Amino acid sequence: MQRKALNKKDALWLGFVVLLALLPLAPVVAANSFHMHVAILILLFASMAQAWNIIGGYCGQVSFGHSVFFGIGAYGAGMAVVTYGGTPWPGILIGVMLAAAIAVVISYPCFKLSGHYFAIATFAIVEIFHRTFLVWDWVGGALGLDYPLVKEGLKNLMWYDTKTGYYYCALILFLLIFGVVRWLEGHRFGYYMRAVREGQETAESLGVNSTAVKLAAMALSAALTALCGAFFVQYNLRVDTPMVMSLDMSMKFVLITVLGGSGTLVGPLLGAAVLIPLQEYSRALWGGLGGGVDLIIFGLLIILIVVKQPAGMIGIIRDIGKRVLKQKSAAKGDSADGTP
Amino acid sequence: MALLDVRDVTMKFGELVANDRVSFTVESGSIVGLIGPNGAGKTTLFNCITGFLKPTSGSVIFDGADITGLTPYQIARMGAVRTFQVVRPLKEMTVFDNVLVGAFLKTSGNREAFARAAECIEICSLESLQEKPAGELSIGGKKRLELARALATRPKLLMLDEVMAGMTSTEVKVSVEVILRLRESGITLMIVEHVMEGIMPIADKMVVLDGGVKIAEDAPDRIINDESVIEAYLGAKYAQRFKAQKEGGLIG
Repeated sequence: MQRKALNKKDALWLGFVVLLALLPLAPVVAANSFHMHVAILILLFASMAQAWNIIGGYCGQVSFGHSVFFGIGAYGAGMAVVTYGGTPWPGILIGVMLAAAIAVVISYPCFKLSGHYFAIATFAIVEIFHRTFLVWDWVGGALGLDYPLVKEGLKNLMWYDTKTGYYYCALILFLLIFGVVRWLEGHRFGYYMRAVREGQETAESLGVNSTAVKLAAMALSAALTALCGAFFVQYNLRVDTPMVMSLDMSMKFVLITVLGGSGTLVGPLLGAAVLIPLQEYSRALWGGLGGGVDLIIFGLLIILIVVKQPAGMIGIIRDIGKRVLKQKSAAKGDSADGTP
Repeated sequence: MALLDVRDVTMKFGELVANDRVSFTVESGSIVGLIGPNGAGKTTLFNCITGFLKPTSGSVIFDGADITGLTPYQIARMGAVRTFQVVRPLKEMTVFDNVLVGAFLKTSGNREAFARAAECIEICSLESLQEKPAGELSIGGKKRLELARALATRPKLLMLDEVMAGMTSTEVKVSVEVILRLRESGITLMIVEHVMEGIMPIADKMVVLDGGVKIAEDAPDRIINDESVIEAYLGAKYAQRFKAQKEGGLIG
């Protein structure tokens, strides 16, 4: 029975992925590149949130430092193209590995702290990297890096005419990261991460090296985050510190995941699917007000969620599901009583 | 050779001496009960053995190796696994997943771990609760979960910290049966317990602590005749009742 239920879930996912793959062919989307832009950002931010979800959701270590890894990925690709005039690929690879290494180095002392203190320490780390990159000429300093015009295509990971190429790259990124988390959920490392979140001492008493689990989760999370950063800069064609390596950016990782439901596979996608359109369309509509409208809405939503349902949107959906089931069974009971 | 050899373990918290040069051994394949009044230092001693505390002095030898000062996970991997007196369920995970975490200690393969978890769930009669979040269990259920989870790690030495406390008398009987079955399967057990009718009949040896000092280490039927133990912990009434039951053959 359990196998059957699993297959149903798999079929649902497969259908969803096919739908996503066909999305650029839909007339509404194809005719309007802004819709396409929003779709790409949803996939990107869902991927980012999912990467954060590994350490923040499953492993329970709330990090506000993820823009550092995002930035390292972005600068890796950016410098490969702008500073060294090559393709972004070697830069992406170096960025991803460097992000994982830096994650381990900065997390090791931070993991000596627990709970809120860990989160606060990660705040400080973003600030350190932000300030350093702003004044560091080698990485472009305060001016940032602007992409030159190069030939479009997969080799340079750049497209000008349409956004379709970017869309499929974003889709692959999304599938990769969701696939990784899906795999983790069902294997030892995934169980160990949750055990560490639920009770570090209990996990240790069962032979789990909690520090090693946290460091590995952080390294994986950082590497995948850097990959997202690289995609972002290839799409944006410009990188500067305030954009990629800031507390603003760090907050988005946390907010999207918490809004959707942290520690769940679907949560990051739900969060991104709600917050990103909100952000992009409100920016398009009310951009003239000086920006920030989207952030106000963000803030209100988060307050609402945290007060009403700390498990996030996935929690709300589950509650509704339970209520419907109850009503159904109640209705059945009524009719049974009602018929003489 | 003794599986566990505790040698002159002293644990001080500032001026307070929680354990004062405690020594005893746990023979392989036996059940050893650790008793004593509240505050006698039983849980502290447990923590010293399992690496949650580092003893101020003295040493702990497990399976021929000095484990003093090792971390809890290292000691667990060597095969000495404990439960907690104050239950610590991994609340948001299901009962089955809790046990699974333990089962993953000896294998990374899913099939083997799932089979082991299912086996331990069955031994501890948790089948009907296995899909529930562990946080929703009753205290008795949580105690059984502690046992199942530790058991899933395939320990050589299983150290139970008051698993019978708060259980109904039926649950105590079931737990006693489970413990005897575990010994049959070759697991050595060390049990901290206040529920005397649970531990006395099954223990091969009792170690009695009072005020951080070991006051007796002997077979249960000799322990109940020990004046210092009766005075410190059992009380004269219990000792008499236990003896009467023993002679009447009512326990077992």
